[in-house]
Amino acid sequence: MTDPLTPGLAAGRLSPEEIEGNFADLHAPLGPRDAAVAADRCYFCYDAPCIAACPTEIDIPLFIRQIAGGRPEEAAKTIFDQNILGGMCARVCPTEDLCEGSCVRETSEGKPVEIGLLQRYATDSLMRRQGHPYNRADETGKTVAVVGAGPAGMACAHRLAMRGHRVTLYDAATKPGGLNEFGIAAYKSTGDFAQTEADWIMQIGGISFEGGKALGRELSLEELAESFDAVFVGVGLAGVNALAAEGAEKDGVTDAVRYIAELRQSTDLASLPVGRNIVVIGGGMTAIDAAVQTKLLGAENVTIAYRRGRDRMGASVYEQDLAASKGVRIICNVQPVEIHGNGAAAEIELEYTADTGDGLRGTGERLRLPADQIFKAIGQTMTLDSGLELEGGRISVDAKYRTSMEKVWAGGDCVAPGDDLTVWGAAQGRDAAEDMHAALMGVPEASTRAVIAEAARGIDAPPHGHAPHPDMPG
Amino acid sequence: MADLTTDFVGIRSPNPFWLASAPPTDKEYNVRRAFEAGWGGVVWKTLGAEGPPVVNVNGPRYGAIYGPDRRLMGLNNIELITDRPLETNLEEMARVKADYPDRALIASIMVPCEEAAWKAILPRVAETGADGIELNFGCPHGMAERGMGSAVGQVPEYIEMVTRWCKTYYDRPVIVKLTPNITDIRMPARAALNGGADAVSLINTINSITSVDLDRMAPEPTIDGKGTHGGYCGPAVRPIAMNMVAEIARDPETRDLPISGIGGITTWRDAAEFIALGCGNVQVCTAAMTYGFRVVEEMTAGLSAWMDEKGYASVAEVSGRAVPNVTDWQYLNLNYVTKARIDQDLCIKCGRCYAACEDTSHQAIAMEPGRTFEVIDAECVACNLCVDVCPVEDCITMTRLEPGETDPRTGRVVPAEPGNWTQHPNNPAATAAE
Ligand SMILES: Cc1cc2nc3c(=O)[nH]c(=O)nc-3n(C[C@H](O)[C@H](O)[C@H](O)COP(=O)(O)OP(=O)(O)OC[C@H]3O[C@@H](n4cnc5c(N)ncnc54)[C@H](O)[C@@H]3O)c2cc1C
Ligand SMILES: Cc1cc2nc3c(=O)[nH]c(=O)nc-3n(C[C@H](O)[C@H](O)[C@H](O)COP(=O)(O)O)c2cc1C
Ligand code: SF4
Ligand code: SF4
Ligand code: SF4
Repeated sequence: MTDPLTPGLAAGRLSPEEIEGNFADLHAPLGPRDAAVAADRCYFCYDAPCIAACPTEIDIPLFIRQIAGGRPEEAAKTIFDQNILGGMCARVCPTEDLCEGSCVRETSEGKPVEIGLLQRYATDSLMRRQGHPYNRADETGKTVAVVGAGPAGMACAHRLAMRGHRVTLYDAATKPGGLNEFGIAAYKSTGDFAQTEADWIMQIGGISFEGGKALGRELSLEELAESFDAVFVGVGLAGVNALAAEGAEKDGVTDAVRYIAELRQSTDLASLPVGRNIVVIGGGMTAIDAAVQTKLLGAENVTIAYRRGRDRMGASVYEQDLAASKGVRIICNVQPVEIHGNGAAAEIELEYTADTGDGLRGTGERLRLPADQIFKAIGQTMTLDSGLELEGGRISVDAKYRTSMEKVWAGGDCVAPGDDLTVWGAAQGRDAAEDMHAALMGVPEASTRAVIAEAARGIDAPPHGHAPHPDMPG
Repeated sequence: MADLTTDFVGIRSPNPFWLASAPPTDKEYNVRRAFEAGWGGVVWKTLGAEGPPVVNVNGPRYGAIYGPDRRLMGLNNIELITDRPLETNLEEMARVKADYPDRALIASIMVPCEEAAWKAILPRVAETGADGIELNFGCPHGMAERGMGSAVGQVPEYIEMVTRWCKTYYDRPVIVKLTPNITDIRMPARAALNGGADAVSLINTINSITSVDLDRMAPEPTIDGKGTHGGYCGPAVRPIAMNMVAEIARDPETRDLPISGIGGITTWRDAAEFIALGCGNVQVCTAAMTYGFRVVEEMTAGLSAWMDEKGYASVAEVSGRAVPNVTDWQYLNLNYVTKARIDQDLCIKCGRCYAACEDTSHQAIAMEPGRTFEVIDAECVACNLCVDVCPVEDCITMTRLEPGETDPRTGRVVPAEPGNWTQHPNNPAATAAE
């Protein structure tokens, strides 16, 4: 029998039932009653700040009002009109930094309207229904290659198909979804939702998926640009930064994203080997996900070691608290110097750091932690040499997501500056598609704004000075 | 502790909270539980004439209007008067009254509009020891189709006639319960007074259809595919009831007629408001039906604490205090000029005031950079809509311009003296010249 105290890497530290419980939905979905109550808290703000805080600009007050009116499926349409990945976003968006963080009820009482949960309630209800809610426009005769079937590629492909174009969706992997399928924490996307969503998006028609085809391997941009009317690149960040510590090649030192991908593809989590003493190097969402999920698999001690102060962590305060609540320890201002162990990692040696203003400096003071499994979660990089102009290591695009190459657009994690969220991928894929459509058809670009801003209403100034001015009596 | 004991037309009860005639008072078991819970009195579920009792539908008899958290805002019913034999009710009433001599027990009665019918039932009611009777001229469904209930309550002459019969054949207080399903509530109140009534009670339920089943295309509650209008009660009817109470309280003809206030009373404050508008006591039905008898504890404790705070020694001292301030529109002071003021520290920047004023009113709120909302005094007509839609209490207030200040909207100096429509130059019938 293995348990959390079994040394080294071992599978089945917890019983299958415990593991199943640990990996259930992080937030239980709302039922109709809870949804009505949650929806009633929305003030239907004018020019609502939550809309502006959503990268896809979903008309949040409208969809919440549709839920309140007992029409969750129409609410879902409002969401999907702006963001076809509204279902996944409802599960994975760091809402505390986005819509909910800007909700006036967050500012006033620290308790925002539960936009994420309401969005999930609406999108689930529509996706449960048979069929796809969008029809394609008449065939335009144009063909587009979309490379990378992550959020950006899927959003782009869907919008293009909707506008009547024929899309070939290529991906190096054999199934679509990108990090939705291989990266997102298991307790956020339960029940194979990533696959369900990808299939549902494809149901619009006009999109053919070609898995196992990689740019730089089977495909080249020049050839694609030759044989298609336009190309979209949404390949994400496939590479992982190298760890600058001695002994980083030892057994037990792993890329966090690779381990998470394995975890996400596993059909039996109890059979997945996991260490007893785990150290995760990094401070972003990936570090948190690796730490929390290994803890949920039954690791005894899980520590996140981050090289700067807590305020600089990429993970939101909410994510940090989540990790803490699962028993993960976060140590800040430490960097790895050496991994000790005979062939396999056994201990990690960290050095405290000071931020001097002109860079991080080791203080000389050191700390050793037992570590039989060490995860590198120190950021992903673009490894692909596409020949496109880069900016900070990522593909350089203009405001319309056009790259340096004629007929080639790009979006998602692979473009600069890089906000690296599912919802940004969805927004950029959609907007690139609209610009491609405009360019291919020679039509003006359709607005992807949720609401007409006050300044654009095009109505004369209010009739000031014309309110009735009755005399005063006597 | 303020004294909650009330003497309503000579009927004493330990507090002003009576249960209205309805299911909560339909039998001995309920009423005993109500008295144990602390209710000051009950109006027994309406009795009908001797003989086979009325029957009720065997399908649903209620419809409801909810707030989002399924808070019951309004209830509608198609129940008739008591469906138990008269004899049973009378025996039970006598037993309960004997055991609870300090509580008020009123018999509600509805018999056909014939003198003989009233002459027959009144002595039997008197024998029970009941403290008085209430004439049910209000039930708006079923009984009205048979010429009783609101069919009587809608004809002032009938009210007067039946009240007079009751005063002739019964020697304890007679309370006339009014239906709100009428254009001018003062008419039936005057008729009751002319017939010799000791008091009126109001309101009974309001004709209503609470909802329509859009699949079956039938009003709810639906009985085998059909529905009928019911009587509406609960918190939603309170404003309508309070206006009717105030109309009677300030009518020169009926101003001394005691009133038992009914309609949506749910908390001590609701009761206090009815009492301030001229009621001597109050009756409650829906609140008890929604939450059970124990709600009376909040009502008595709250009313008593509030009276202590304000220094009122008795319910009678509160009764009618607000009546002199209920007036007609034409007497409102047009020289009272206010402007909306937004407290920027409280404002949460939702923009609702802006949407309301900009889209539907007077374009008197400016949306400034950073979502700052400011009232434009030169446009604000002081309608108060922004105050009503603002989700933050006290964030927008209406501030009075002092006499001598200039209203930037009209450019006129606010006069010190009040002035109303009867004196206004635009009024063809103005009484006072410039
Ligand atoms: C562990 C982890 C957890 C995360 N958690 C969250 C979260 O909770 N919430 C959130 O909003 N975001 C989260 N993110 C970020 C989010 O997943 C990404 O921002 C998002 O997936 C980016 O979408 P994309 O389409 O640009 O790229 P990806 O999702 O990376 O998709 C790129 C696709 O391109 C394919 N591809 C790569 N190279 C090639 C090639 N050469 N040829 C063809 N195909 C190629 C890949 O197989 C993949 O399918 C997380 C990321 C990670 C790594
Ligand atoms: C189910 C039900 C039955 C009622 N039956 C009677 C009745 O028999 N006699 C009567 O005078 N009023 C009857 N009423 C009216 C109530 O006594 C009361 O006037 C009305 O409900 C308003 O008060 P509320 O808002 O506190 O419920 C009934 C009300 C309900 C809900
Ligand atoms: S900011 Fe909050 S309250 Fe306002 S519309 Fe958005 S969700 Fe509703
Ligand atoms: S009181 Fe009326 S007119 Fe004045 S700002 Fe408010 S809504 Fe506008
Ligand atoms: S309605 Fe109230 S809280 Fe909202 S913007 Fe206006 S003043 Fe501020």
